[in-house]
Amino acid sequence: MKILVAYKRVVDYNVRIQVKPDGSGVVTEGVKLSPNPFDDIALEEALRLREKGVATEVVVATIGPADAQAHLRNGLAMGANRAIHVTTGAPIQPLTAARALLKLVEKEQPQIVILGKQAIDDDCSQTGQMLAALWGRPQATFASKVEITGTVAKVTREVDAGLEVIEVDLPAVITTDLRLNEPRFIKLPDIMKAKSKPLETVTLESLGVESGDHHKVSAYAPPPKRSKGVMVKDVPELVAALKAKGLL
Amino acid sequence: MSDRESMEYDVVTVGAGPAGLAFAIRLKQLKPDIRVCVIEKASTIGAQILSGAVIEPGPLDALLPQWRKAPPPSCVPATHDEFWWLRDKQHATKLPTPPQMHNAGNYIVSLGAMCAWLAPQAEALGVEIYPGFAAAEPLYDAAGAVCGVRIGDMGVAKDGSHKPAYTQGIDIKAPLTVLAEGARGHLTKQLVARYELDRDSDPQCWSIGIKELWQLAPGKGTSGKIVHTVGWPADTRTYGGSFLYHLDGDRVAVGYVVGLDYADPKLMPFELFQQFKHHPHVKPLFEGGKIVSGGARAIVTGGWQSLPRVEMPGAILIGDTAGLLNVPKIKGTHQAMRSAMLAAEHLAASGKAEGFNFVLRNSPVMAELRKVRNIKPGFKKGFWFGMANAGWETVTAGYSPWTLRNKPDYQQTRKLDAYVPPDRQWLDRDLPPRDRLAAVYFSATEHDEDQPVHLHVADTSVCVTRCAQEFGNPCTKFCPAGVYEMIGSGADMRLQINAANCVHCKTCDIKDPYQIINWVTPEGGAGPNYQNL
Repeated sequence: MKILVAYKRVVDYNVRIQVKPDGSGVVTEGVKLSPNPFDDIALEEALRLREKGVATEVVVATIGPADAQAHLRNGLAMGANRAIHVTTGAPIQPLTAARALLKLVEKEQPQIVILGKQAIDDDCSQTGQMLAALWGRPQATFASKVEITGTVAKVTREVDAGLEVIEVDLPAVITTDLRLNEPRFIKLPDIMKAKSKPLETVTLESLGVESGDHHKVSAYAPPPKRSKGVMVKDVPELVAALKAKGLL
Repeated sequence: MSDRESMEYDVVTVGAGPAGLAFAIRLKQLKPDIRVCVIEKASTIGAQILSGAVIEPGPLDALLPQWRKAPPPSCVPATHDEFWWLRDKQHATKLPTPPQMHNAGNYIVSLGAMCAWLAPQAEALGVEIYPGFAAAEPLYDAAGAVCGVRIGDMGVAKDGSHKPAYTQGIDIKAPLTVLAEGARGHLTKQLVARYELDRDSDPQCWSIGIKELWQLAPGKGTSGKIVHTVGWPADTRTYGGSFLYHLDGDRVAVGYVVGLDYADPKLMPFELFQQFKHHPHVKPLFEGGKIVSGGARAIVTGGWQSLPRVEMPGAILIGDTAGLLNVPKIKGTHQAMRSAMLAAEHLAASGKAEGFNFVLRNSPVMAELRKVRNIKPGFKKGFWFGMANAGWETVTAGYSPWTLRNKPDYQQTRKLDAYVPPDRQWLDRDLPPRDRLAAVYFSATEHDEDQPVHLHVADTSVCVTRCAQEFGNPCTKFCPAGVYEMIGSGADMRLQINAANCVHCKTCDIKDPYQIINWVTPEGGAGPNYQNL
């Protein structure tokens, strides 16, 4: 069984995001880039399925500029068998990503595609769902547990009401939630080995996918600053302050 | 454990700063087939580099003659220098710029960005660079020579037990280990003690530098302008000064440096920096601006008379961990890179550590330090003596027949009852950051909280008994990140170490009056994630 993992590069979660002075985007120059944490979980799950003998091959794929190769090497160092780099200089929106992934799915014929439930840069949470729809296969999103038996995946999903267990027929799309697993640390010798693992490069255009703007970004702005709080001495003053604001 | 994995190289370099990277590049240029790797504890190259920085481009020209065709990001030519004396909290006088501080031909850079720019050039030559791996301890062979480094384990819980993701660190073995850790390297500290490398030199000295990168209100920046100040908020017995470097795009690097030989047990270098920003001569620049990033780092200042032997069996020291910074110039990068290139040339020619000490000591690197050797120590006698002495030493070009001695910084802290602090004339502050914890936020520091504390205090009972009485726990004041706190009172008083806030500046390891704080490496990749510092 082959597993395809979508592996996006994002601004690291420790970085304080800053909007460019002209509002055209966020500052990415000199900023640390890392794998999307949910995608690390997706890759970890795929590797565990391979280690359990369920899967035989794990392929990581990313869509991005030429320097995203180092990012894919990271995925290979973690343990993926090979990588596919879909190159483009254009910013990628979820529908474009789903269409590109579909092309990879058609070529690679994986039984499972695992994605993070969302990327921490745009927080869209759409690519996995769109891919399932385009592919015409089932989806099991927000997974916190995955069990594969034959051609059926039993997936525990994190939903608003708690946990929901569903079964989907493979091939299927799974997106990962935070509690699915804890990704492994990369070992130094594996970084060495990753350098010689196969990494295939294709352009987005050669897949026949256009990086069209499906939605337009008008401007970026930081969240409005919270106004200063008011210190109250005692409960009556608090009640009076709340009443004055019409909250009581 | 005998089944520990290991990798072998011809040379292992610890630290991907300007020294480590320049060394690896030069070595590969000379010997393309040599296998050299660079280990870096930061999660990415440059994320734990903090420097002013104005650099002399000479060594870069020698290393990468074509560099100006594709310069690093955040690199602007210096246009003009100003030198100000802040007389008190209100007044300032412009002084003639001392000759060492003229920067025509130099560049204002983000050293972090420059290292991130150097790294791929090293990799293109075949250097293997591994960020996110901390060299936790040196390895020794049967003959007692250094034979590599051990990488710290990952996934160890606070209590020392192994978490599910536990991964044992590997050994990196090499006949030659090059320490390029920067000021107060933790491996260097062990090796200096083990091989008594400082037997024939003065004790090493340090300063602490605290820095912020600001995005000013549009139009306020003057790309290429360099301003240094002395005087307030430091008193005349404390060595302190500021820098203001105008980058492009209305960005300014601002910082404050305090000599760690200060006497006041209650001195807070962080507060000095913040006070400086509020001087009426300085503050208007920052109004309407925003902090992009910030952090702190120890700076090595001992110079010529404090340089330890830089070779030992199987290993050498280069750059700031050796102690090559030129204090009056306020620059160390060119010295770090020059020493690195000398080391590479020496190793390429001889293949061994032996002889590097001689090479370095007879090089222009040391000649430059010798010339200015008496300037910084002169300030121990106060600001005015220091200035007059600096003038004399500059005019005589270091030909004075004497050499002023250095003493350990930690011994300079006076006891509470033996020190009367001056009136510091503190101003009310309203520019960010409000306090040290707010400042840590700008350093994007991250440590997994569930890991062993990486600041070892040998005997915490000293903190509540002797230190509280004698010095009033200076660690709670000198730490720029508020890592050390005394909580509780009376018999319940104890030291709390907020290790997750540590920005790896090493000040505690240096300035603690009892020398019982030992900084060790946390998990690789942990610590600050500086952005263009």
